[in-house]
Parts: sequence; C-alpha cells; structure tokens
Amino acid sequence: MNLRTFFYTLGQGIKNIFKNGWFTIASLATISACLFVFGTFFLVAVNLDHIVKTAEQGVSITVFFDEGLPDEKIKEIGDLIAMRSEVSKVEFISADQAWEDFSKELGENAEGFTENPLENCANYQIYLRDVSLQSRLVNYLENVEGIRKVNKSDITANTLAGVNMIIAYVSIGMIGILLAVSIFLISNTVTIGISMRQEEIKIMKYIGATDFFVRSPYVIECIIIGLVGSLIPLAVLFYGYNFALEFIEDKFFFIRDIVACIPVFDVFKYLAPISIIIGVGIGFFGSFFTVRKHLKV
Amino acid sequence: MARNRRKDMGDKHSRYAVCLENVNKQYEDGIPALVDINLKINPGEFVFIVGESGCGKSTLIRLLLRELTATSGKVYVNGYDLNKMKHRVIPKFRRGIGVVFQDFRLLKDRTVYENVAFAQRVVQKKESEIRKNVPSMLGIVGLASKYNSKPTHLSGGEQQRTALARALINKPSILLADEPTGNLDPRNSEEIMTLLEKINENGTTIVVVTHDVQIVNAMHKRVITLKQGTIVSDEIEGGYNK
Repeated sequence: MNLRTFFYTLGQGIKNIFKNGWFTIASLATISACLFVFGTFFLVAVNLDHIVKTAEQGVSITVFFDEGLPDEKIKEIGDLIAMRSEVSKVEFISADQAWEDFSKELGENAEGFTENPLENCANYQIYLRDVSLQSRLVNYLENVEGIRKVNKSDITANTLAGVNMIIAYVSIGMIGILLAVSIFLISNTVTIGISMRQEEIKIMKYIGATDFFVRSPYVIECIIIGLVGSLIPLAVLFYGYNFALEFIEDKFFFIRDIVACIPVFDVFKYLAPISIIIGVGIGFFGSFFTVRKHLKV
Repeated sequence: MARNRRKDMGDKHSRYAVCLENVNKQYEDGIPALVDINLKINPGEFVFIVGESGCGKSTLIRLLLRELTATSGKVYVNGYDLNKMKHRVIPKFRRGIGVVFQDFRLLKDRTVYENVAFAQRVVQKKESEIRKNVPSMLGIVGLASKYNSKPTHLSGGEQQRTALARALINKPSILLADEPTGNLDPRNSEEIMTLLEKINENGTTIVVVTHDVQIVNAMHKRVITLKQGTIVSDEIEGGYNK
C-alpha cells in the first residue's frame, strides 16, 4: 500500500463516520453503554476487594516468649518468622513498650504501679499477606521452640478470607458476563451497520478493488468508533469516581479508615487500557470479519 | 508481472477476448443454468447475447466477471483461465474489464465525479491524473456539467452514462453490459447504444446482454441466442425475434 492509498482509505474511514450518522450514533451508544456498565462494576469490584484487603492487613497474630528467653533467641525467632511466605510484616513490642501502650489505655488506673506488670509480655505482632493462611502460620508458630503462647482471632480471619473469596468469584463472574454481553452487543451493531452497506462493497469489488482497499475504510471507521465509544464512559466514570471519592472524604470522613477507596489514577491505569482494548478490539475484529463475509464477490 | 500473466494464459486462448469450452453451470439447487456452452469472441468484436428471462444470460456475464465459477468446462477471459484464478488475482483481472448493469450500481452517497474517480483510485492513479482523466471521460459520455450531482438527482440515462464512464475510465479491453437499457426509455437507450458503438470503434470488445428486440435488430451486430442455457444460434450481423 502506498502513502496515497493509505491517506485515501483513512479519509474515507473518517468520512464514513459522518456519512453513516445513524450507524455511528447507534454504535457509539452501544459501546459506551456496555463499557459504562462494565467500568462501573469494575470500580465497585476492585474497591470492595481493596477494602477487604485493607481490613486483612490489620489482622495480626501475637506471639509471647518463654520466661527469661535471651534477647538473641528472641531475635532469632523474629528472623525465622520474617522469612515465612505468609508474613508481610513483623513488629517487636518490648515489655516496656507493651506497658506504655497499655497504661495509656488505663489512664489514671495505671498510676501506682512501680514495676512493669507486663514484664513477661514482650511479643511479636505478625501481620499476614493473606488471612486465609493464618492457620498454617499458627501451626508453625506453635511448634517453634521458645514461643510460649500464640494469640489469634479465628473469626476475623475466617470472615475476611470468606468475604474476599466471594468478592473474587462474584467479580470474575460478573466481569466475564458483562464482557461477553458487551462483545456480543457491540459486534452485532457493527455487523448490522456493515451488512447494510454490502451493495457498496459489491460495487467496489466489481470495479477491481482489492479486499484490503475495500475493507480498510470500514475497519478504520469502526476502530475510531470503538475508541471514542470507550473514551466517553471512561471520561464519565473518571469524573464520577473522582466526585464520589471527594464526597466520601468530605461527608463521610468518619468511615474513611473503614472504607478505604483506591485513588482514581490507581484504578484508571487498569480500567482505561482494558476499556480501550475492548472498544478498539471489537471495532477492529467486528468490522474485519463482517466485511470479509461480503468480499466473496 | 508478465510472467504471472502468462501463467494464467492458455496460449491458444489468449488470442480471444472471451473463450468458453464445454462450459456447464449448475446452481446448488441442481437446476442447470448453462449447458455445454462453446463460445469465442475476438478482440474488438461487438456481441449481443439475447434470450428470454431465465435463459442463462446473466449467469454467463457473472461467469465472465469471475463472480461465479463454471461447474465444468473452461472459461478464458483476456487470456486468464478463470477456473484456476486465485482470489487475490481477481481484482487485477477485473481492472481489465468494464461492467455496467441494468440498475447502474452507483455509489449513491458520492457525486458523479467521485463515482468515476473511485475506479481510478482503485488502480492507485495519481490525484493529478484523476483530475485530468475524469472530466475528460465525463465529457465523452456527455455528463461534464453534472460532475457534482449525486446519482439520486440524475435521470436513468444519466446514471447509466455515469456507470459507463466509470466502466471505461481505466481503458478496459472488454466491456460487459448486463441489460444496460433495461431501465431506460427508447431515446436514452438509443443514446447509450450509440455510445457503446463509439467505444467499440476504438477497439474495446463489447458484450451486451439484452432482450431488447429493437436495439438488437437495429444494430446489425453478432447475435448469440440462448435458450434454456444452451446456445441455439450464433449469427454475424444477426437479429432477434422473441
């Protein structure tokens, strides 16, 4: 293909967009609506997942040591724990630190203690990468020499792990269904729009146009429609999501720590390419294969 | 390029514009459309193919355009063996053939100029050449003043002239016309036929499929008559009686 043909087919593709106004509007509306629903669900799903993950990060296991265990041994245990794959973070709380924290909670009631009542309560706070792995880690910790006691919350861990799994399955299922519906609706619109112009394709073929020459303007037209159709819902969702974040921050600041939403750019760095790939991809493949059906003249 | 072309040519067939040997065409429903057709058309000839509706005239045109392939037999057009032709060669083959239809088949959303220019764009002519060739061709078919009109604003005769201009702009060696006067009044029909005769005088082979008795009998050209898919007569300076 020479440059002249390239610019001609590009120009024809752009002209087609305006020439076939109803097809353009119908396709844009379908693509935008499908990708808007898909994007909305994507935002809800990733945020729910994020909220649960954030909650999971707060779940910790506490281990206490045998009385009189030397500092070197405690350090050794800490190193062993930190090396475990289930562990995201290990914090050492000394007996003095434990008492200081606890005395703050006690307030006036803590006055009068001359010695540290939590002398044997130095501990490690262990945070998990994944709460569903808690029992595996607890099993290990209970068998480590020098560990006296392992404190954990089974209910919290199990509930969070369960919720996380439900969200993951529902999200994958819903995103899959929405994606399939979007692909079906968008490719149908493209197919109908191009099939209406099969007479035009036939004429071009009679004149001696190559398949490439006939197909290119349609493919370019549908790629542009796919691109614009994906950018419209992305823009709406971007501003809508940003507004929702500011609204929650402003009016519901008291739940800020519980409902920890993902910052707008962190979500859109995934949502934007996915939506654009769907829009442009369906535009390309839909038109490519539909025109091919009519090229056998 | 020359080597590729020779590959498609049968030597003894290349001297004919059209050469059909024992051609049969049967559609999927089993009904035979053409039966044992043997036909040779020399370059520069003007030939009418006549017969009642359903006798196989349009099937023959579609075979010559390589829109259909023969069920059996050999079809050569411009030296190309159409039975062996690969899909990617078809556009190149069709550029050597002009075609007009009864229903004109113009691109309705484009002007007369754009319709004719489109055929030149297909063969990747330079824009400067297109700007020179198209007005000249529109002048030949008498449509110079209508270059900016859309087909929907033209009369039947004008639409057929546009189709003719589009068919001829790339200087094809063969022009196939499928009922070119079918939708035209007698005056416009006569004008189109006069144009075809003029084109033929310049060396282009013309094959006209028609069942218009008056036109065939007035022009005294070679007439091939089809009946139920078979050639029943082939006369130089022939006539046609329904």
